[in-house]
Amino acid sequence: MNHYQQLEAEAIEIIREAVAGARKPVMMYSIGKDSSVMLHLARKAFYPAPPPFPLLHVDTTWKFREMYVHRARMVEESGMQLLVHTNPEGLAQGVNPFTHGSSYHTDVMKTQALKQALDMHGFDVVFGGARRDEEKSRAKERIFSFRSAGHRWDPKSQRPELWNLYNTRTRPDESIRVFPLSNWTELDIWQYLYIEKIPIVPLYFAAKRPVVNRQGMWIMVDDERMPLEPGEQPQMRLVRFRTLGCYPLTAAIESSATTMEEIIAETFNTVSSERQGRLIDADQPGSMEKKKQEGYF
Amino acid sequence: MAELHAANIVEYLEEQRQKETLRFITCGSVDDGKSTLIGRMLYESKCIFDDQLKALETDSKRYGTQGEKIDFALLVDGLEAEREQGITIDVAYRFFATDRRRYIVADTPGHEQYTRNMATGASTAQLAILLIDARKGILPQTRRHHRIVTMMGIRHVVLAVNKMDLVNFDPAVFHKIEADYREFARDAHLDTLTAIPLAAVHGDNVVKPSPQTTWYHGPTLFDHLDAVDVSHASTRQSFRLPVQYVNRPNLNYRGFCGRIAEGKVRPGDPVRVLPSGRTTTVQSIDLWDQQLSEAEEGASVTLTLADEVDVSRGDLIVATDAPPEVADQFQVRILWMAEEALVPGRPLLMKLHAKEVSASVMEIKYREDLNTGAHLAAKVLHLNEIAVATLATGQPVAFEPYATNHVMGGFILIDRLTFATVGAGLIDFALRRASNIHWQALELGKGQRAALMHQTPRCIWFTGLSGSGKSTVANMLEKRLHAEGRHTYMLDGDNVRHGLNHDLGFSEADRVENLRRVAEVAKLMVDAGLIVLVSFISPFQSERRMARELFEPGEFLEIHVNTPLAECERRDVKGLYAKARRGELKNFTGIDSPYEPPVSPELVLDTSKETAEECALRVSQLIQGR
Repeated sequence: MNHYQQLEAEAIEIIREAVAGARKPVMMYSIGKDSSVMLHLARKAFYPAPPPFPLLHVDTTWKFREMYVHRARMVEESGMQLLVHTNPEGLAQGVNPFTHGSSYHTDVMKTQALKQALDMHGFDVVFGGARRDEEKSRAKERIFSFRSAGHRWDPKSQRPELWNLYNTRTRPDESIRVFPLSNWTELDIWQYLYIEKIPIVPLYFAAKRPVVNRQGMWIMVDDERMPLEPGEQPQMRLVRFRTLGCYPLTAAIESSATTMEEIIAETFNTVSSERQGRLIDADQPGSMEKKKQEGYF
Repeated sequence: MAELHAANIVEYLEEQRQKETLRFITCGSVDDGKSTLIGRMLYESKCIFDDQLKALETDSKRYGTQGEKIDFALLVDGLEAEREQGITIDVAYRFFATDRRRYIVADTPGHEQYTRNMATGASTAQLAILLIDARKGILPQTRRHHRIVTMMGIRHVVLAVNKMDLVNFDPAVFHKIEADYREFARDAHLDTLTAIPLAAVHGDNVVKPSPQTTWYHGPTLFDHLDAVDVSHASTRQSFRLPVQYVNRPNLNYRGFCGRIAEGKVRPGDPVRVLPSGRTTTVQSIDLWDQQLSEAEEGASVTLTLADEVDVSRGDLIVATDAPPEVADQFQVRILWMAEEALVPGRPLLMKLHAKEVSASVMEIKYREDLNTGAHLAAKVLHLNEIAVATLATGQPVAFEPYATNHVMGGFILIDRLTFATVGAGLIDFALRRASNIHWQALELGKGQRAALMHQTPRCIWFTGLSGSGKSTVANMLEKRLHAEGRHTYMLDGDNVRHGLNHDLGFSEADRVENLRRVAEVAKLMVDAGLIVLVSFISPFQSERRMARELFEPGEFLEIHVNTPLAECERRDVKGLYAKARRGELKNFTGIDSPYEPPVSPELVLDTSKETAEECALRVSQLIQGR
């Protein structure tokens, strides 16, 4: 078997194992490239049946407009049920990344919202698209990551994971986050998307887009909610995104890569890591580790 | 690596497709420079991005131990708790690639208290790098790492003699360490063993040959990793598919999903289903919308079969020639991974390939001292200890020795209450005992015997604190039943401890064994047609569950005598609470040893609220009501 067949076989094994042991599974769907790969693998794992679980999108309401369009398309194509959850209190308070800051916004609209959605539906197995190569604290993440009551991730109480034997048992209140893409790298994701011809959000391809430069990063002005600083003028630049999140928190890179081939070439030649474009990671040292302990993915 | 252009992408992808992945583990402690070596490998393979490098420079000044220079160890010590303590406490997986191969490194801590983490990392590795500090040579910990690595079935070892700069790159030091290790590792029959002199902190012999070691003519670390042949030598290729999931989208499709553990399969191949033994042929191999003409080891597939045979999750679909054995008793090697010790006889869950069964360790034959290799006697097994033991499963399972096939012979043990993974094990072989003891085909059964007594045999199990009134209620109940013409027998702590179990003390292991014997005796008596009253503190859920599982559904009635501790202590009929409070009696339930109340007992009584007669009456009504 070649490299991609091996990655695919491992991910499918993980997805099937998690579902076989689950009471009520769900797959996180963030619309990004990793989610796209994960959804594709889930469909392969259970074909000719549709995957026996719904998709869950925790919607901060600050996603790029093109992401919502793509979401509708993939739901239609997969025939799967989509659950969308937005933190109602956050929405009522008008929490946004500008006035409240990225850290508070992420906590209320992502971490808290995710916990609300999981509690509301009582999911015990939650698929996520995280990869070990993304960030240092993720390098220690299990494939089956155990969460105690309250969704807390305690690095010391994680179950040893030997061979491909996964302990899928949970007690009420406990849950497992399952990461089928743990052993994939960013380059693997792009190559697999290319080989399998998986559709992705057009934002990954370079185009002229209205952006402003903030602290050395290109932020796209995706709608009129974005407050401009005095004298700040959006400029049209040829940019694309390596990673997609909330538009005010995700920086674009200048690029002319308009095809999958060019993206793969660019990813291969690149000199900075993809999470550099994520503003939340840079907040404070150990930032991702703290968020995980609080229940973030 | 050369710049890649979009026009060459097809060529590049083909190259990537064929590039092998090598998984290896690094064994050694922080002091040996393990994190520095891994950080150096990531750096040299250009797998560190510019922004990460910049962060590393900042971190090096803040936390580093290398002064103004870059501290590569910080690249891999991920969790904040670890940075502060300067130790590595968990398994981390790192990725890097060279032009020849991709690598996944399991970075594990080396201290004795982290043996389980090392075994975890080793379980998926094909090669191990054993780090040695050149100044210290082979240490007991090197021997421990070697034993864990070889036990987990790793056949390729790199002896990385690090910190050569601190011994002036002296060849005599290197050659002595290599000779010592070769002598010690002789019995392990490794497929490859390569010793390399390194100074990871400066990069000597990591990628480029070091000018400091002109006396060394072997490969650099990267050259060796890129070239070493790790294809497994096993010549047998017999099809084995553990069934993970049965896919039934409609009445016309039954697909059996799993990942092939060995061999190949083609449509039309004859196959056998285990443990049932039924045979059929493969109709199709489905993956997404394609039908495959062949699938090989490692592939995740869905098979459809020609005949409608019964196949469930945990079964195996295998080649009809040389099928695996099916057994329910095994000799195994176990690594215990929980704080609470392993006590033989205690019921556990076992997960072997896709099969989950109840299991218990019957006997610990010996514990292995990992530093010396000595075989030590042991009644229980503590955290991070390894033992050879016998294990019994609740039902027969298809398996293969770990040495033959890791997927078919490696298992984990799961606690039945907390569901924590408490142990890992490797099957050595099946014990013949199980198949040799055939049950006597008895013409008379329990039913006939009970009919003669005009009663339904039962085991009525009273559990509760000392002084809660268990025996009083049980005695009252027995008199009442006797008066009604029932055939009964009473088993209580005192009458059993003086006879059958006089050899047992009050250690946890002995308490488990005490209850196991009582439960087995009660079972024989129920088989004889009797109504058996058992009155035992029996504080642990796991043992009560073990007892319950010996009986047929409805036969076992758990009565929780839930008199409050304060009341029991006030009564203190035998003066035991006073003794325990004075510290003269250890492990006394309710004082310094826990009582786990039943989750769903058939009946709960409280003798501080009702009289013993009333309680006995309620039990008697319970029996009649069933």
